[in-house]
Amino acid sequence: MSLLELKNVTLKFGGVTAVDNLTMELREGEVFALVGPNGAGKSTVFNMISRFYTPASGSISFDGQDLLRVRSHDVPRLGVARTFQNIELFDRATVLQNLLIGRHRHRRTTLIEEMFFVGRAWGEERAHRHAVEEVIEFLDLQPYRDKFIAGLPYGVRKVVELARALATKPRLLLLDEPASGLSVEETQDMRWWIEDIRRQMGITVLMVEHDMGLVGKVSDRVLALDGGKKLAEGTPAEVQAHPEVIAAYLGTGAISKTASATGERV
Amino acid sequence: MRFHFKTSYDQDIRLFPDGWNLAVYSALLLFMLALPLMLDSFFLGEVTNVLIWAIAGLGLMLLTGQTGQISLGHSAFMALGCYTCVLLMEAGMPFILAFLLAGIITGVVGGLIAVPALRLHGVYLAIATLALAIIADDIIVMLSPWTGGVNGKFAPDIVIFGLEVNRWVNPEYWYYLALAVALLVTLIYRNLLRSPLGRAFAAVRDSEVSAQAMGVDVARTKTVAFGLSCAITGLGGALMGLFAGAFNNETFNFLLAIQLLMMIVVGGLGFIHGAFLGAIVVAFLPQGLSIFTDTLGRGYQIPGLEIGVFGMILVLFLIFEPMGLYGRWLKIRIWLELFPFARRDMFRRQKSYLKTERVR
Repeated sequence: MSLLELKNVTLKFGGVTAVDNLTMELREGEVFALVGPNGAGKSTVFNMISRFYTPASGSISFDGQDLLRVRSHDVPRLGVARTFQNIELFDRATVLQNLLIGRHRHRRTTLIEEMFFVGRAWGEERAHRHAVEEVIEFLDLQPYRDKFIAGLPYGVRKVVELARALATKPRLLLLDEPASGLSVEETQDMRWWIEDIRRQMGITVLMVEHDMGLVGKVSDRVLALDGGKKLAEGTPAEVQAHPEVIAAYLGTGAISKTASATGERV
Repeated sequence: MRFHFKTSYDQDIRLFPDGWNLAVYSALLLFMLALPLMLDSFFLGEVTNVLIWAIAGLGLMLLTGQTGQISLGHSAFMALGCYTCVLLMEAGMPFILAFLLAGIITGVVGGLIAVPALRLHGVYLAIATLALAIIADDIIVMLSPWTGGVNGKFAPDIVIFGLEVNRWVNPEYWYYLALAVALLVTLIYRNLLRSPLGRAFAAVRDSEVSAQAMGVDVARTKTVAFGLSCAITGLGGALMGLFAGAFNNETFNFLLAIQLLMMIVVGGLGFIHGAFLGAIVVAFLPQGLSIFTDTLGRGYQIPGLEIGVFGMILVLFLIFEPMGLYGRWLKIRIWLELFPFARRDMFRRQKSYLKTERVR
C-alpha cells in the first residue's frame, strides 16, 4: 500500500525548474532513498512534502489525504516528521526540551490548564516525558539529556535531530542527509538506527543521502534525480549501475577513465 | 557542588527541583513578607515600585526573552491596562475584578494587534511597535472625555474586601498587593515554561522553520505570546498608574517602553530573575543618583544624568555581558560550584545572530 504519493509534481523558482514532473510512490514500511548530485532537487522534494513549498502543478498525497490542502504545521500532525540538512535545533534549549517540543503535536492541554498547571497538565507532562525518555534510550542520548544544544558536538546534534523527529511518533520519517558530516563510526550507528526505526518502530523512511555505502545498505528502493528529473528508480544496485546515473555523477567522459584507473564500481 | 539524583520525572517537572532550591526561595519569600517590618515607608514604596516594574518587565520578557519578538510598544499596553482598570473602577466595579479584567482586555487587544504586527521580523517589528507606542499617546489625548487627555486622571481609592489600600496611609498594604501580583505573574510564567506552550515559544524563538516542522503553529503561537505579554504588562501598567496616584498621556509615553526593554536586557534576557534584577536597577538608579548628587552639594543638579548613566550601563552590558545581570550571576555560581576547576573559556561567547533574521 502506498503511504506517500507524488504525481507529476513540478516546482519552479523563477526560471529554474527545481523539480520537473516527478512521480514517486512510497510503500508503507520501506526505506526509500533519494540520490542525485547537488542541486538535483532532493531537498526541494522534502520541502514540498513538509509544505514549505507549494508545487506549481501535480499532487502530493499522504495516506490517501491531499497534502496540498494541509498547512505546514499540520503536516506533523498527520504523522510526518523530518530532519534538516543544516541542523535546525533549538539552540538555547536543552536536549530534553528539544525532544519535548517534538511532542508538540500531541499537546492536549489548554492554555488555562498550562497557566495554572492544573487539570491534565501534570499527567500530560509525565506522558510526554515518558515518550521522550523512550527515544533517549533508543538513541543512547542519556549523557546529553540536560546539555544545551549550543555546546554539543556536530555528531550528537545530528542524533538529537533524529531523536526530536522520532519523539513526534511519526508514520513517515524524512531524513535529509542523516550521515553528512558524520565520522565512519557515527555513520555506522546511523545505519543501525535507521534499520531499527523501520524494523522495531515500523516507521517508513524517506531519506536524501550522498553516502552511497549507507544508501546501498539500508534502502529498499532508490530514486536518482538530476536537474529535478527522475533518472532511475529501483533497487540500490540497479540505480548505481544505471548509465545515466553514472553520467550525472561523474560526467560521461569520466566513466571509462575512473572505472579503468581504479577498477572500482562507481 | 550539588548532584541531582533523579528517580522520578516529577523532579524535572515540579517548580523547585530540590529541597535546597525550595529552601532558598522560601527564605526569600519570608524575607519579602517581613520586609515592611524592616523598612520605613519611603523605602517600602521604592520596593513596591521595583515589584511593579518587574511585573511589567515579566510581560515583555515573555515576548522578547522567551519568544524572541522585540516590542518597543509595550508602553501603549501599560497605558491600556491602566486606563481600563481605572475606568472600570470608576464605573463601580470592585478593584480585583477591574484589575483582572483590565489585564484580560489588554491581552485580547494585544493579540488582535499582534495578528498584523507579527508578520514583521526583527527590527521591522521593533519599528512598527514603536509607532504603536507613539500613536497611543495621541489616542489618549483624542479620547480625553474618558481618559482626561493631557490633564490626566487621579487614581481612585483601591478597596479590597473592605480594606482600603492607600500609599500614604498604609504603604505596607500597597506593598503586599504588588507582591501578590508579582507572585501570581511569576507563577503563571513559570508554569508556562514547563508546559508545551512555553516550549513552543522557545521553538519559535530559536528556529521558526523547525518549529513548523514539529507541528507548532508559528503565527498562532506568536499571537498568543503577544497577547499574554500584553496582559501581564497591562497589569503592571495598571499598578504603576494607581501607585503614581495621577497619570496622563505623558506617564505612558514611548520612552517607558524603551526603558522597559533596556531593563530586561540589563537584567538578563530570557530569565525570570532578569526581570526582577533589571527592575531593581531601573527603580533604584534615580534614587542612587540623587543620593550621589546630594553628596556633591545641596541643590546640585546634572541635567540628563539619569538617562546618560542608564545608557552607559546598557552599552556596557551589551559589550561585556549580553546575558545581563542574571547571566553574570549564573557564571559566578558555576565558577563557585566548580572551584577550582572552572576554566576561563567555559563561558566564551559564540557568535550568534537573531534567528528570525536568518530563517525566514
